[in-house]
Amino acid sequence: MNDSGMVAAPAAATSQGAAARYRVWLAAAVVLAILPYVPGLDSDFGRSLLSQMGIAAVFALSYNVLFGQTGLLSFGHAVYFGLGGYAAIHFMRAINHGLPIPIALVPLAGAAGGLLFGLLFGAVTTRRAGTIFALISLGVGELVYAATFMLPGYFGGEEGITASRTKAPSLFGLDFGSQVQVYYVIALWALVAASLMHAFARTPVGRICNAVRDNPERAEFIGYNTQRVRFFAFAVAGLFAGLAGGLHAINYEIVAADAVSAQRSGAVLLMAYIGGAGHFVGPILGAVALTWLQTSLSGYTAAWLLYAGLFFVVIILFAPAGLSGLILMHGPIVRTRAFRRVLGTYVIALVPAAVMAIGAVLLIEMSYRLSTQHELGTRMRLLWVSLDAGTPWPWLAATLMLIGGFLAFRKTWRRVAAAWQDASDEARTARFAAGAR
Amino acid sequence: MGPRVRGDDSVTTWPMLELATVSLLNGVVYGLLLFMLTSGLTLIFSMMGVLNFAHASLFMLGAYLSYQFGRWVGFWPALVIAPLACSLIGAAIERYGLRHVHRSGHVAEILFTFGLAYVIEELVTMIWGRNAVANSVPAVIDFPLFSVFGSSFPAYKGLMMAISVAMFVFLYLALKRTRIGLIIQAALTHPQMVSALGHDVPGVFVLVFAIGSALAGLAGVIGGFMLLTQPTLAHAVGPIVFVIVVVGGLGSLAGALFASLLIGIMQTFAVAVDYSLLDLFRALGIGVTRTSPMYEFYSIKLATAAPIVPYLLLVLMLIVRPRGLLGTRDV
Repeated sequence: MNDSGMVAAPAAATSQGAAARYRVWLAAAVVLAILPYVPGLDSDFGRSLLSQMGIAAVFALSYNVLFGQTGLLSFGHAVYFGLGGYAAIHFMRAINHGLPIPIALVPLAGAAGGLLFGLLFGAVTTRRAGTIFALISLGVGELVYAATFMLPGYFGGEEGITASRTKAPSLFGLDFGSQVQVYYVIALWALVAASLMHAFARTPVGRICNAVRDNPERAEFIGYNTQRVRFFAFAVAGLFAGLAGGLHAINYEIVAADAVSAQRSGAVLLMAYIGGAGHFVGPILGAVALTWLQTSLSGYTAAWLLYAGLFFVVIILFAPAGLSGLILMHGPIVRTRAFRRVLGTYVIALVPAAVMAIGAVLLIEMSYRLSTQHELGTRMRLLWVSLDAGTPWPWLAATLMLIGGFLAFRKTWRRVAAAWQDASDEARTARFAAGAR
Repeated sequence: MGPRVRGDDSVTTWPMLELATVSLLNGVVYGLLLFMLTSGLTLIFSMMGVLNFAHASLFMLGAYLSYQFGRWVGFWPALVIAPLACSLIGAAIERYGLRHVHRSGHVAEILFTFGLAYVIEELVTMIWGRNAVANSVPAVIDFPLFSVFGSSFPAYKGLMMAISVAMFVFLYLALKRTRIGLIIQAALTHPQMVSALGHDVPGVFVLVFAIGSALAGLAGVIGGFMLLTQPTLAHAVGPIVFVIVVVGGLGSLAGALFASLLIGIMQTFAVAVDYSLLDLFRALGIGVTRTSPMYEFYSIKLATAAPIVPYLLLVLMLIVRPRGLLGTRDV
């Protein structure tokens, strides 16, 4: 996490670099604009999925202001998402009752709520860093979650608070009758929030956050109050989490206790880490991947949380820099001749990996069927095969696939490692040659 | 989650004394249960510096395994087998997981155990289903031991208290008075030196993790039938365990015992008190009406607020004494 790309900014930002950065944002805006009309996503389901991804991306980015940028591991970030969401939904109710403000501005109320509670709780929790901070954030999360049930007047208990996004004055003809309008509002806010967080990481305060993450003692020595820096980052993270909560309120028209739950706090941590906390786009990648995993897999399997958990553990064990780290790793060797061999070994290693994965999936799905869905019987269709989980044969076959796949994968992985070694050697030689010239 | 104190039918002349005695007893029982849960975590944290988020999951595994073995071989063998099985699982987690993550630092270690908690919860669901299993108190330890004010005190609670106290004594002596305890403590701060003296440091870590997991499993055997044995059990007890660790002082065994008892007793008394801030205001003659702001907040009964008592204590402790009750070092 420490060797992040976020720190390695160009020493002097040239105007050319700035222009390239604007092009990236422009490209992002164009992509966001055409996404809801891309075949496959141009249904209400697809647009709703995109909306969820947008919300998750803002939330995960706000989490990374704490985690990736300042080195604060929080287990209770959903508190600011949820409390921002509650602020937004109450604001929406006020609009429903005649407050003359367009719905598109509701996320601002969410951001204000997130900021307010970020300041309130941050004043206490950021007194400490590291492990204690992680535990305190967990405690505050539980506190707020329990409080939502104790104050049903404001939080609505289990059922939550509802409001309507259509019963409001319209702005530019937006009436929020269709999902695509909701999507565009979310996309616009997501783009604004992402660019603001990106800019924040490049301000002097953002840089000092990195310093506090990497070496708090030294940051103290050059005259910064680390606690104040942590507090500042915490408030900013709370603000953007609240904004995401406001988008959530618009999208679902309901905010309930699950918005502040430990599950949501855990989910955002998974998103940021799986995507890669070391790079700005990492959390976005993670948010998109996990949201997709959740919505698409949960339709097919009851075990999607197990897959998400296993995926997370595998990432921690083998790719601590996350998905974005995995992709960026290939940057230096992509121009070498040996890179083709690397790709070739990937394809070879993929076969036993797939066999291993299929074996694991079969075992997991059969076990789930037997333990949680008795009533459906033992006959089932899995990955294009029908089988009977009541007989030993599928179990035996799946176990063999798992073990055999694993052993073969270990063998093929050595070839991947060898090819990698060659490619990175070649890249290094090329770099030296370029330097000598 | 705290054990509820029910009103007794028998007529007593000392209602307040009865309430206090029964609540205190229940509070101590609950507190010692919490200590059982925390002791293994404290051991692992103080010796390895690893904050094990999967600890409550191992506790849950202990509950499920004792339920399963109890059905096959009876309660007493299960009381031994389940913790042993948990220690093997813990050793495997250390050897094949944590050891590799160790390089990437403490945050990666915490996150690894955090991910593991997800995986274990789902694996438990996969094997035993989503609903609670019928893990009732075994008949051999389900008889009244003695009675207080007409309500009887069951033997399994007595067994639980005995095991909990034994855990404390065992850990205290093992860490402070034995050679292996000294080596373990030295391995945390000076791994290279201990290794150079010929001790197997990675082996020591596996051992510590295995013992910590066994303690979690043992707690699970008893806690399993005092709480509800279901896949959400780990999540239900997990946060409160961390509260105890912080309030007691990170890595302090005596602090953990003290904090467990404190939280157990506070929560049990809170459940028994049926008053709110509103009642206090009225007693003091401060007028609060339905229209005054925060009326809803004032009218929360203390009994309803009992679940958040530990977390309030946590925040308070952080403000007043960040290192915890008996903590010696700031982390």
